Amino acid sequence: MKIKQISVFLENKRGRLFEALNVLSKAGINIRALSIADTSDFGILRMIVNDPEKAKKALENEGFTTKITHVLAVGVKDRPGGLAEVLKILYEEDINVEYIYAFVEKSGEEALVVLRTNNLDKTITLLQEKGVKLLDSKTVENL
Amino acid sequence: MFWNKEIETIPEEKLKDIQLERLKKVVQYAYERVPYYRKKFEEAGIKPEDIKTLEDIKYIPFTSKADLREVYPFGMFAVPLSEIVEIHSSSGTTGKPVVMGYTREDIEVWKEVMARSLTMMGVTKEDIIQIAYGYGVFTGGLGFHYGALTIGATIVPSSAGNTRRQIELMRDFGTTVLACTPSYALYLAEYAKDEMGIDPRTLKLKAGSFGAEMWTEEMRREIEKRFGIKAYNVYGLTEIIGPGVAHECEAQEGLHIWEDHFLPEIIDPETGEPLPEGERGELVLTTLTKKGVPMIRFRTRDITAFISGKCSCGRTSRRIERIRGRTDDMIKVRGVMIFPYQIEKAILEVQGVEPHYQIILTRPHYLDEIEIQVEMSKEIFSDEVRKIEELKKRLEKRIEETIGVRVKVTLVESKSLPRSEGKAKRVIDKRGLK
Repeated sequence: MKIKQISVFLENKRGRLFEALNVLSKAGINIRALSIADTSDFGILRMIVNDPEKAKKALENEGFTTKITHVLAVGVKDRPGGLAEVLKILYEEDINVEYIYAFVEKSGEEALVVLRTNNLDKTITLLQEKGVKLLDSKTVENL
Repeated sequence: MFWNKEIETIPEEKLKDIQLERLKKVVQYAYERVPYYRKKFEEAGIKPEDIKTLEDIKYIPFTSKADLREVYPFGMFAVPLSEIVEIHSSSGTTGKPVVMGYTREDIEVWKEVMARSLTMMGVTKEDIIQIAYGYGVFTGGLGFHYGALTIGATIVPSSAGNTRRQIELMRDFGTTVLACTPSYALYLAEYAKDEMGIDPRTLKLKAGSFGAEMWTEEMRREIEKRFGIKAYNVYGLTEIIGPGVAHECEAQEGLHIWEDHFLPEIIDPETGEPLPEGERGELVLTTLTKKGVPMIRFRTRDITAFISGKCSCGRTSRRIERIRGRTDDMIKVRGVMIFPYQIEKAILEVQGVEPHYQIILTRPHYLDEIEIQVEMSKEIFSDEVRKIEELKKRLEKRIEETIGVRVKVTLVESKSLPRSEGKAKRVIDKRGLK
């Protein structure tokens, strides 16, 4: 149920985000979800794409430092409180969220979020027990 | 393995006799033939015959790089140009270059000391040695060339630069020994892997002789790991002869100085006084046999120390530590003396960080600041900001512990710092101090 996320190290320098995205565009990579964590000197660009291995290769060829990590793609009800319900399950079981961000698309009536916690396996079991929808990589890549 | 076992294992007392005899001779020779030396001796109130023991050398004035520049180009030559068979010159990055002339005899000495040096690291006539030091007026290329030629090894005189070609030559010819600067060795390994898809460990290389710039034990381990070879330290300088003044043996525990040709002293760079054995200071060298341009008490500006005790290889010549810095590389920051190697060492101690960094000095508000830019690498990159911030703090803390001054570390993108094909530019001083 884990999906692959690609992250890219970016210096806080003019044009670097554009350059990274331009590399992906030229490689024909489609971005499904994206977030940037930034500090005063650097940023981490995190993305869910249709072909993570190809994206990694394209970026590394251009000298970017990248990493593939596992995250979850969670379907939450697209109404007030939808995300809070999911987070409550984790909170009650003492699981920490490392980061969370949203997909561009929806899956049917559900909004999709990318979730990374300090214990992904436990998170999967818990969410599945509670009937929360997790998308597999095939579904994500074909969104 | 020995090239010249008799002299390399000569008993200490006998070596001292040879040194004293040669010192007296060279002092007399320089005094008679080079007006610069005569003037210096006269100013100091000494005569060649005052040198009666090796210790008496301390009465002779030093020769500095500035002295050599003053007499540019041929003012230090002790023989007419017709006796000179080759001229070399050090890079004139900090002023006029220094010019050295070699007589036929001097070239023979150079061949001898380089043949001893290469043999000491296991090079034989069966080896294929690729010399990727610059050929030309720079001494690196030809110095190695003469040594390898003397041994009878197969020379690939590739000279510096053209990285792709260097790797193709190594692969196609089956090069077994590499000679270049250590930063270029790392660059070669990186280029082979990243740009050509060649694992440097699959090359036939077994050893390398690296020098002409400062490097660390950590860099040595990195080069050894990446190529799967043994990496040896070579030391030399144009003013004395070029490479071949000292070299490591297979024990890799310091560099043996060829003391029958070069008489070493270690002094306090501030006072000029000799230091007790084992203490770090500036290396001063006197050429005992050179005819073209004899060098008497030349201040190398290189910081090192004598290593006491006998080497397991059986050689009796004294050993020096790898060069720890240059007296003129010392950066003075907030009144504290700092050497780039200290910073390098600290970075490399924080696990996993590639040895690519730059030191930037600024003085934004009347107070010096040091920024160290360190390249991000695959091994240490994380998708979590917290982990990267922790790494940065670890680097800052380790560097501060090492040099005693607070620094700011900036992690920059991989391969964004300039790569060198010669000497690495590690320090950028933007303080505008003169």
